[in-house]
Amino acid sequence: MLSIRNIVKQYAAHRALDDVSIEVKSGQVFGLLGPNGAGKTSLIRIINQITAPDSGEIYFDGEKLNQSHIGRIGYLPEERGLYKKMEIGEQMIYLARLKGLSRDEATRRLKVWFEKLDMTSWWKKKIEELSKGMQQKAQFVATVLHEPDLIILDEPFSGFDPVNAEIIKDEILELNKNGATILFSTHRMESVEELCDSIALINKSHKILDGTVKGIKNSYKNSTYFVEYIGSPLIFNGNEPFDLLEEKSSEDDSHVIKIKLKERSTSNDVLQYIIPKVQVNMLQEVVPSMNEIFIEKVNQIS
Amino acid sequence: MDKILLIIKREYITRVRKRSFIVMIFLLPLLILVMGVIIGLVANSSNKIEDQNTVVVVDNSGVFAGKFHNIPNLTFQNSTSSVSDLKAKAKKTDFLSALVIPADFTRKDAVQFYSKDKPSTIVTGEIEKQMNDIARANELIKHHIDTAVLSAIKSNISLKTIEITDLGEQQTSLGAMIGVGIACSILIYMSVFIYGAQVMRGVIEEKTSRIVEVVISSVKPFQLMMGKVIGVGLVGLTQFAAWIVLSYLATKITGSVQHGPPTGIMGALAALQTIPFGPVLGVFIFYFLTGYLLYSALFAAVGSAVDSETETQQFMFPITLPLLFTYILSVSILFQAPNGSLAVWLSMIPLTAPVAMVLRMPFGVPGWQLGISMTLMVLTFIFAIYVAARIYRVGILMYGKKASYKELVKWFFYKE
Repeated sequence: MLSIRNIVKQYAAHRALDDVSIEVKSGQVFGLLGPNGAGKTSLIRIINQITAPDSGEIYFDGEKLNQSHIGRIGYLPEERGLYKKMEIGEQMIYLARLKGLSRDEATRRLKVWFEKLDMTSWWKKKIEELSKGMQQKAQFVATVLHEPDLIILDEPFSGFDPVNAEIIKDEILELNKNGATILFSTHRMESVEELCDSIALINKSHKILDGTVKGIKNSYKNSTYFVEYIGSPLIFNGNEPFDLLEEKSSEDDSHVIKIKLKERSTSNDVLQYIIPKVQVNMLQEVVPSMNEIFIEKVNQIS
Repeated sequence: MDKILLIIKREYITRVRKRSFIVMIFLLPLLILVMGVIIGLVANSSNKIEDQNTVVVVDNSGVFAGKFHNIPNLTFQNSTSSVSDLKAKAKKTDFLSALVIPADFTRKDAVQFYSKDKPSTIVTGEIEKQMNDIARANELIKHHIDTAVLSAIKSNISLKTIEITDLGEQQTSLGAMIGVGIACSILIYMSVFIYGAQVMRGVIEEKTSRIVEVVISSVKPFQLMMGKVIGVGLVGLTQFAAWIVLSYLATKITGSVQHGPPTGIMGALAALQTIPFGPVLGVFIFYFLTGYLLYSALFAAVGSAVDSETETQQFMFPITLPLLFTYILSVSILFQAPNGSLAVWLSMIPLTAPVAMVLRMPFGVPGWQLGISMTLMVLTFIFAIYVAARIYRVGILMYGKKASYKELVKWFFYKE
């Protein structure tokens, strides 16, 4: 869908993007992660053809990115806003027409969206008469009204109250189900695990990590497990198929240990070793959260 | 191209729909209407003497006594009282004055007029006129010329200026030329700034409301800027067109209210007929458009560089200076020498030409000067738009960064 190849963007003394390459597959929900100032917005602006890269190329559906793709992309910028003194219906139609929709088609689709999001009574209202949350909702509709194939959302959940954030999240997922590819930038990791298929992590203008969320998490697993058992505390002598990292006991005879597998051992070996001794309640692999990976990666670099 | 039309349409319609625009359309012709009526009234009343004036005449020459004729509100009385008595009397009484004519009245400042307050020029003018007539008649009679002949040759002469041009003799009126020149230059000066400022405010509005990033993900910054500039420019033209039509109607109405000889506004209108309106209007529209394009592009660049209107000051001053300068100079210098070297230079330099040229236009401007000035104007506004667009495209995305001139230069050289 979107192939970003070796993008370099230089602003005077500051290099915003340095040789960044990212592949976004069709139908994905792709998360662009990174701390503030990493270069996410610069990259998003380049994809939207707001600015041009100094070197590198972007391919959209196999074609070199050009003006004809503008109507197939929907963009919700981080810094968002609408014309304050313009009526909301008229404004939505105007923005959709700038994306290439006809007036009639824009009106028809807008009615559907307004119905769906309980906004029908807003049509004649001016933006300045709406609450902040309502404005965000309207802006989201403006982003997707022309039914873009690629929807780019820069920090989409900032500024939404939890209720509206949930509504928007559901809408994003539904659009994705209907075939739209979603690219969104965020530094909120919990939304990444919930929504994204793949991510790329950008830090200090370099891409430092990318891949599917599952793949990345798996690669950051380090054969660590939690085991919960009931019985008298285990005694370890060094012949176990694992090393003990942590041990916690509670009053009702239940104990939790955190272990790391020795080389060439598996979780089955662990169970075989423990089961004769105690009653095992749970064995769970410790998978690092995206947040931990993110922090670890960013700190590693800097 | 389709998109720029959409932008133009939005800019145009949102402005034309505003109440302030509609009010302005009717306000100016209404002002002209009111001014016309006032001028008419003043012109009618200023020829009359307001209060009942009595002039006591002490004639030591024997030429004038009894020959003054009374006009409404001005009565002459002969007297043989002493001058000091009369002076004392005049000092106490309003609208009573003493006219003392010595025997050698032809000597300079010999005839004296005493009154309590400063006499109205209409009164003194009337007295001087009558005295001149009487003295002349007296001389002529002395030389045995019949008074019947005298009254026959009495005429009322006023000058009608006729300019000799290639097109033949053309009646012109200096007053009307000055009036039209000034009106055009004020109108250009104000409209370039009013509409230029609207462009700037529009850019700032888009930048502060953050809509700009959404819009330029659909269109090029250049299209957005030009769409705004053109849209606002069309608003200006609409306003002019409405004014011209309504002003014409307004003068028709005032014209039909007044009867009799062309006085006041009708006199002025008659004088206006002598000016070649086609060329003046054509040149006016040309300089409004090019001047507006030039300045509004600069205003747009300024708007893109700031985060609020209060920050515009440092950039606005150097931009507004050339026009302001010409505007101030216009009254004093261009008037005295509308074809003098300063006037010519100012009408060549593109930054000052819009005001200077329309001011000179009614007085006639040589074709080659107009040609050079117009060419420079077009080249400069294209250049200004190019420069402005390069600053604009970077500026609109720079939030919360205080721009300096150095910064603007840097932006200009940014690659896309």
